Amino acid sequence: MKNIFTAELKKLYETFTQMGTEVSEQIERATQSYIDHDKAAAQSLIDRDNTINSNEVNLEKQALTLMTLQQPVADEFRNVITILKASSDLERIADHATGIALETIRVKGSHRNQDVEAKIADLTVVIRQMLAEALKAFHNIDMSKAQSVSEQDQQVDAKFDEIRQTITATIQEDPNVAEAGTSYLMVTKLLERIGDRIVNLVEEMVYNQTGEIVELNQGRLHPGES
Amino acid sequence: MTAILLTKNVHLSYGKKEALHGIDLDFDEHGITALIGPSGCGKSTFLRCLNRMNDLIPRTTVTGTFNFKGQDIYAPTTNLVELRKQIGMVFQQPNPFPFSVYENVTYGLRLTGHKDRQFLDEQVERSLKQAAVWDEVKDDLNKSALSFSGGQQQRICIARLLAVQPDIILLDEPTSALDPISSAQIETTLLALKNEYTIIIVTHNLQQASRIADKTAFMLNGNLVEFDLTSKMFTQPEQQDTSDYLNGKFG
Repeated sequence: MKNIFTAELKKLYETFTQMGTEVSEQIERATQSYIDHDKAAAQSLIDRDNTINSNEVNLEKQALTLMTLQQPVADEFRNVITILKASSDLERIADHATGIALETIRVKGSHRNQDVEAKIADLTVVIRQMLAEALKAFHNIDMSKAQSVSEQDQQVDAKFDEIRQTITATIQEDPNVAEAGTSYLMVTKLLERIGDRIVNLVEEMVYNQTGEIVELNQGRLHPGES
Repeated sequence: MTAILLTKNVHLSYGKKEALHGIDLDFDEHGITALIGPSGCGKSTFLRCLNRMNDLIPRTTVTGTFNFKGQDIYAPTTNLVELRKQIGMVFQQPNPFPFSVYENVTYGLRLTGHKDRQFLDEQVERSLKQAAVWDEVKDDLNKSALSFSGGQQQRICIARLLAVQPDIILLDEPTSALDPISSAQIETTLLALKNEYTIIIVTHNLQQASRIADKTAFMLNGNLVEFDLTSKMFTQPEQQDTSDYLNGKFG
């Protein structure tokens, strides 16, 4: 009997990892299209978000069927619940990437700041590394990575503050950049929120292993410090 | 999936009282079908129609079509011994004969005239292995089957049935008299057998049906309410009665 549950759970993990990989690619495409001002690429990313949404729905169905037919309890029940919660976080991360793509289509004006754009690209690299590490840790149930992902999120928060200051200074110098500046700020904030969602993923992994609900988001634990 | 057994408009009466009011159910070859429903809904009665066990109950009338591999189960020419060899039954209480394990498993084969010792030995090993009880009894084949635990006895009964290589295995609440560990072993055994045999199981244990059955039929008051893939019925039943029963609101 165990074999059926174990095999189905493995399939669930595979679906989840696949979804994670697609979401990571969406983040990359989102910032790249934003920096390139490539509206066509942004539109195709928005279209692809529907696939991710339906992947999440399918994963939910898979998990519900598994719970209904196999009645997992204790740690096995936590396994399924964790994937359900984590897939919801992945779906929201993809929504944030879509938000960046929408901003690419909306943004007007040609006043750009290459320094800020380089910093946004740099922030995206950190975010994607974080997501890759969280997904790997999630798959291998590697508790040691929880802390490291949490620390990377602190870096993300610090970079967000830094970019915000740069944007403010840029607008103060040249008010013509104001329109682009608010757009930069919005995109950076979306990336920062993605970071928080990635921390949720490792928090869920900790819950899966220990049954403890933990808060690993340092920004939330110590607001005002960065 | 091809159906191996087709039933249509099955009515059964005990004297004047009708217990089945027209059941249509087709059973796919191989795989497990579960029959569920509250006590007295007719699921065991229906199961017993499938190899004519109800013939033994006086004043019982069965009508309807029972087509097993193109043959009418209720035709006057049907050889009952042959029919029950092809469609065997396992009961709620393990009922091994008061003989040795070996004699139990070879009983059906001896009835059909097999005497070759080597052939019988092979069949005993194959059947007990298929019933997942070989490792537990192989050193005690000459011991009385009644000296084993309930779960082991039930698997010996399954082996006894497998020895004659049936097409269909009917099980009437085969685990309700067993502890959870033995029940789980029977479930695992059935899952291993479903690729080679068609299994039809009556169970009161809804979780058991959900875990092992490919399709489930829900019966109520002598009627078939719903018949569907188990994964569909347990997540999105079509009928309110099915949903209420699965949720434990009655029965």
